[in-house]
Amino acid sequence: MRLSCPLCGERDLCEFSYTGDAVLCARPAPDAGGAAWDDYLHLRANPAGVTRDLWYHGAGCSAWLVVERDTVSHAVLSVALAGGA
Amino acid sequence: MSYNALRLLKEGLTGNRGWKPVWRDPVPRGEYDIVIVGGGGHGLATAYYLAREHGLNNIAVLEKGYIGGGNIGRNTTIVRANYFLPGNSEFYSHSLKLWEGLEADLNYNVMHSQRGLINLFHSDGQRDAFVRRGNSMINQGDDAVLLDRDGVRRHLPYLDFDNIRFPVYGGLLHPRGGTARHDAVAWGFARGADSRGVDLIQQCEVTGIDVSGGRVTGVQTTRGAIRAKTVGIVTAGRSGQVAAMAGLRLPIESHVLQAFVTEGLKPIIDHVVSFGMGHFYISQSDKGGLVFGGDLDFYASYASRGNLPMKEHVMDAAMSLMPVIGQAKVLRSWGGIMDMTPDGSPIIDRTGIDGLYIDCGWCYGGFKAVPGSGFAFAHLLAKDRPHETAARFRLDRFRTGAGLMDEEGTGAQHNLH
Repeated sequence: MRLSCPLCGERDLCEFSYTGDAVLCARPAPDAGGAAWDDYLHLRANPAGVTRDLWYHGAGCSAWLVVERDTVSHAVLSVALAGGA
Repeated sequence: MSYNALRLLKEGLTGNRGWKPVWRDPVPRGEYDIVIVGGGGHGLATAYYLAREHGLNNIAVLEKGYIGGGNIGRNTTIVRANYFLPGNSEFYSHSLKLWEGLEADLNYNVMHSQRGLINLFHSDGQRDAFVRRGNSMINQGDDAVLLDRDGVRRHLPYLDFDNIRFPVYGGLLHPRGGTARHDAVAWGFARGADSRGVDLIQQCEVTGIDVSGGRVTGVQTTRGAIRAKTVGIVTAGRSGQVAAMAGLRLPIESHVLQAFVTEGLKPIIDHVVSFGMGHFYISQSDKGGLVFGGDLDFYASYASRGNLPMKEHVMDAAMSLMPVIGQAKVLRSWGGIMDMTPDGSPIIDRTGIDGLYIDCGWCYGGFKAVPGSGFAFAHLLAKDRPHETAARFRLDRFRTGAGLMDEEGTGAQHNLH
């Protein structure tokens, strides 16, 4: 599998580390309550199909990326900077 | 169906045409007392223990594929009880005891081989951790023997003891650990459940779970609707999708775990051995193939196949530990879909919907748990209260933070186990 980093171009999977579902970008307010934080930290849609997850280009430009990916075929549909810049 | 030497000889001489199927292929009825979603090892064991321990047999096990076609047929067959934390420790200890009586109980040869399992350590810190783990295992009533370097050499003379980077300091031997024939476990439980009246329904995919007024009333399947007051979801690997049919979100992410097997070789590896400085463990099957595996690929996947970086890591680790196997040819590799929970430990619990229960989150360790999980889940389904060995496998432990079982001590977050 290769990911096409918006800053570095197409790079091998080894250069990246996966951090989990991109819901991690939408952190609830500190006082949002236990249910919201449980949802954010633990509960997952875990789709068999298209998902969006967060990857870190640690052996490249150190950018955080949102990767849209198919969990069944491993096809990579899009890669974007997590910050949106 | 009886198996004996005379029958084997007779069938062998007459073209093996006399063997009959050992379980029925029933048409699903419109209603059962209990429906078990998932005919894998855990589901079959649940049905078997519901019949044997609780005298219930108005039960259907619904399997979307065929019996033995899921993770029960895709694992590396290791059976052990070397867990450290309360919760896991008593559960796996109980499961191993069930394994030890399983062949007599099922009257079926599951080829359970207690050949001993050795976890190697390569530093003083790792030795301390394994001493502590061994003491915990002994306190639980199981067995553990600390081996020094010479002790390991007596068991495993073929290791590269003087590897300059990862010298072998010793190992923790779990003599009752070993392997079993994975398919036979599924077949034995299937036969045992069927002969007690359980309907095993294959090619029957659950497409919906009916809930009315906070109570489960049945399931929709590709072979029609089936009513039931009690439904158990036992579909590790696909738990999220099945639970979503009842509107549930689970603390689970599915990951791929790879395994490998070589061509058949003469006996060389007598134990189950794990490397302490990389992700690699190995045993030798009765056919002679070296069966080995590593860690997760570490990204969400339902592909049942992995990527090259983990393959490379596993081969690197194998060559660091036992260069003697370097000439063996890998026949094939494959991947299984793992239900990964944030703390790396399983869930056997109620769901918040009356009558609907779930057994999931087996991470990369479901095979050894098959009898224990079936036993505990059967107890929960029959009595609506958890069995004492699985009382800590709660669904709400992530929300509350109480009773987390993080064996690796890396934190109860996704993607850390």
